Amino acid sequence: MRKVFVIACILITPWVASAQESNDTQERLKALEERIRSLEAEVQSLKAAQATTQAPAAQATAPVAQTPTPPPEVQLPTAAPLTPSGPLPVYGGASAAAKALNPDVSVIGDFIGATGHNPVQSIPAFQMHESEVGLQAIIDPYARGDFFLTFGEQGVGLEEGYITFTSLPGGFVAKVGKMRSSFGVVNTLHNHVLSWIDRPLVTENLVGGEDGIDDAGISISRILPAPEGIFLEATGQVFRGDSGDVFTSSQRSDVSAVGRVRGYRDLTDSTNIDLGFSYARGHNDLGSAYRTELFGMDATFRWKPLRRAIYHNFLTRTELVWSRREQFPSIQRAFGFYTSSDYRLNRRWTVGGRYDQSDRARNASLTDSGFSGVLTYWPSEFSQIRGQYRYTRYADARDANEFLFQFLFVLGAHGAHPF
Amino acid sequence: MRQPFSRFVFSTFSFIAALAFVAIYPSPMAAASKLKVVTATTDLAALAAEVGGEQISVESIARGYQDPHFVEAKPSFLLKLRQADLLIAVGLQLEIGWLPPLITQSGNPRIQVGAAGYLDASQFSEILEIPTGVITRAMGDVHPLGNPHYWLDPENGRRIARGIQLKFAEMRPDDATYFEQRFQSFAQRLTTAEKTWDEEMKSFHGSKVVTYHRSWPNFAKRFGLDVVGYVEPRPGIPPSPGHTVELIQMMRRENVKTILVEPYFDLKTPNSIARQTGAQVIVLMPSVGGEKEVTDYFKLFDYDITLLTRALKSAH
Repeated sequence: MRKVFVIACILITPWVASAQESNDTQERLKALEERIRSLEAEVQSLKAAQATTQAPAAQATAPVAQTPTPPPEVQLPTAAPLTPSGPLPVYGGASAAAKALNPDVSVIGDFIGATGHNPVQSIPAFQMHESEVGLQAIIDPYARGDFFLTFGEQGVGLEEGYITFTSLPGGFVAKVGKMRSSFGVVNTLHNHVLSWIDRPLVTENLVGGEDGIDDAGISISRILPAPEGIFLEATGQVFRGDSGDVFTSSQRSDVSAVGRVRGYRDLTDSTNIDLGFSYARGHNDLGSAYRTELFGMDATFRWKPLRRAIYHNFLTRTELVWSRREQFPSIQRAFGFYTSSDYRLNRRWTVGGRYDQSDRARNASLTDSGFSGVLTYWPSEFSQIRGQYRYTRYADARDANEFLFQFLFVLGAHGAHPF
Repeated sequence: MRQPFSRFVFSTFSFIAALAFVAIYPSPMAAASKLKVVTATTDLAALAAEVGGEQISVESIARGYQDPHFVEAKPSFLLKLRQADLLIAVGLQLEIGWLPPLITQSGNPRIQVGAAGYLDASQFSEILEIPTGVITRAMGDVHPLGNPHYWLDPENGRRIARGIQLKFAEMRPDDATYFEQRFQSFAQRLTTAEKTWDEEMKSFHGSKVVTYHRSWPNFAKRFGLDVVGYVEPRPGIPPSPGHTVELIQMMRRENVKTILVEPYFDLKTPNSIARQTGAQVIVLMPSVGGEKEVTDYFKLFDYDITLLTRALKSAH
């Protein structure tokens, strides 16, 4: 602002000065120009110094400047080598320090193969099912950003891309962008953290398939007051209204909404239960006058002995979904569920199973069912090899017997462990 | 104008409004008497308690007998974090698998990374094994910023305590002298204890040991142990038969008679190595609270050094 004022002054001054035509003003002009130059140089050097000092500070996360008088013996191991002795010139910002502010980058490859026979939903023998690129960083003191781009067989998609406001008053956490909605548990999970290669039948039939309810919108959540030891959280979300084959937005007002209440309690140090109730509503592909409502319940029990957490654990989960779809000639009320368990045998092997059953959303009298057995091997924390035998009995008495196998591999930044 | 949309928007926003109402109801920012401190690990909690005394309440997320790399991001921890005034983390990516999501979900602006209530203890400490040159995951789950088990050197404990003291003083200036006094008392007791520990360990300087994970570089450097091998072929990679055979041969060659194992690792492989080499397996505590009697930072070293000297004595 000051700079603009100074420039404006310079522009106006000649008009006034020309009348007097004195050497005096010419000199003052020169002095002003000099001053602008020196100010500009100062700004540049300040910028350079800031860029170089901020980078190591971001790595060490707690800025040292906050401690008023650092103890004499304290060393700052990460910061030392990068800090320059004086202001540096800026050469297009291509310094090593600039890279330190790049987001954490990760790539997750998901290769799926299939053998056997499925007359209804055939998947190819081999496919590079998904390559997910994750870009994650803290944006500023008030928010962080997360992007997950998926490169699939059909092209590129934005699985999620949102900003999370972490410093809102009143304990609120808000997310804005495209995100997997909080309907149930499996809908929130990315493919690479599932306990299976595929998704349960109830997801396929009632909750939008692989992508699920994944839409652009706003999410607000907050931890609610609850009796001692109980975690209670409510989430409210509003989306555009386009999610796979569940919700379709024919006009701007056809937004969809998702609400969820989650309760969690530690039973002991090593066991806990997690319960959730979810509700979603939106308009379906028949037009604005036709709505689809979903109601979901989920329950999870976990056992993980703390001393041997990396060797043994057990998780069992059930999700129930009721769907009410307005359509012609009559409303379809469908129900579906899955129940699944995983047991970690040792550091490298996990065995699991799942039972599926679900009506179809558009014709609730048709019910598909099936079961799966899963065996997973982990060479390290960053790769996973999985086999899954899947039997499906489709509504019209057609059977599918398949063996699926999957290779998952993670490059780059160490992501958060799933819970 | 009674469109479904308006009803819909009404119901959605009434839900959000209800949430907002609930938000106003509890006010955790009441002029609390004690500074609420949450730490990632028990060691930091122990150091914070030494300095903070009566003026703080402190809780650790991880337990002392738990692998700090693999703590679960349980929602119950959010209940602690949302009320916290200060979060002290180990840093150096030790908690990368679980602390970031907890911080994000806590809804607590005070403890966000970079805020006044977030303290990374690694900035105060001497960090070892900072990798230089090319780093890849072929080296296992390497920590690019250095080895995060740095609290196992009492000198680092002193530095961390000092850093915590300054942070406390910054957050509660009225109690600054109290924290200063407590730190001085802690530092004095530590100096005395260090003399005892050094005395006990003196005759075992240069003793060769094998450890399960790379948890002990600071401890080994401080007390003169020579870590010559690891049960894990690479950090975070479970023992493999090939590596175990090599390790056994090396231990026989170098006459290594002690294997140190953290309480959260399986003893099967270490025991089998011990049987074939005549070595002794000891479960050493990397953290306060790993065993019932290890209740503070001093007892941690007391416990470990007692076990260690006993084992090294019998090996001689």
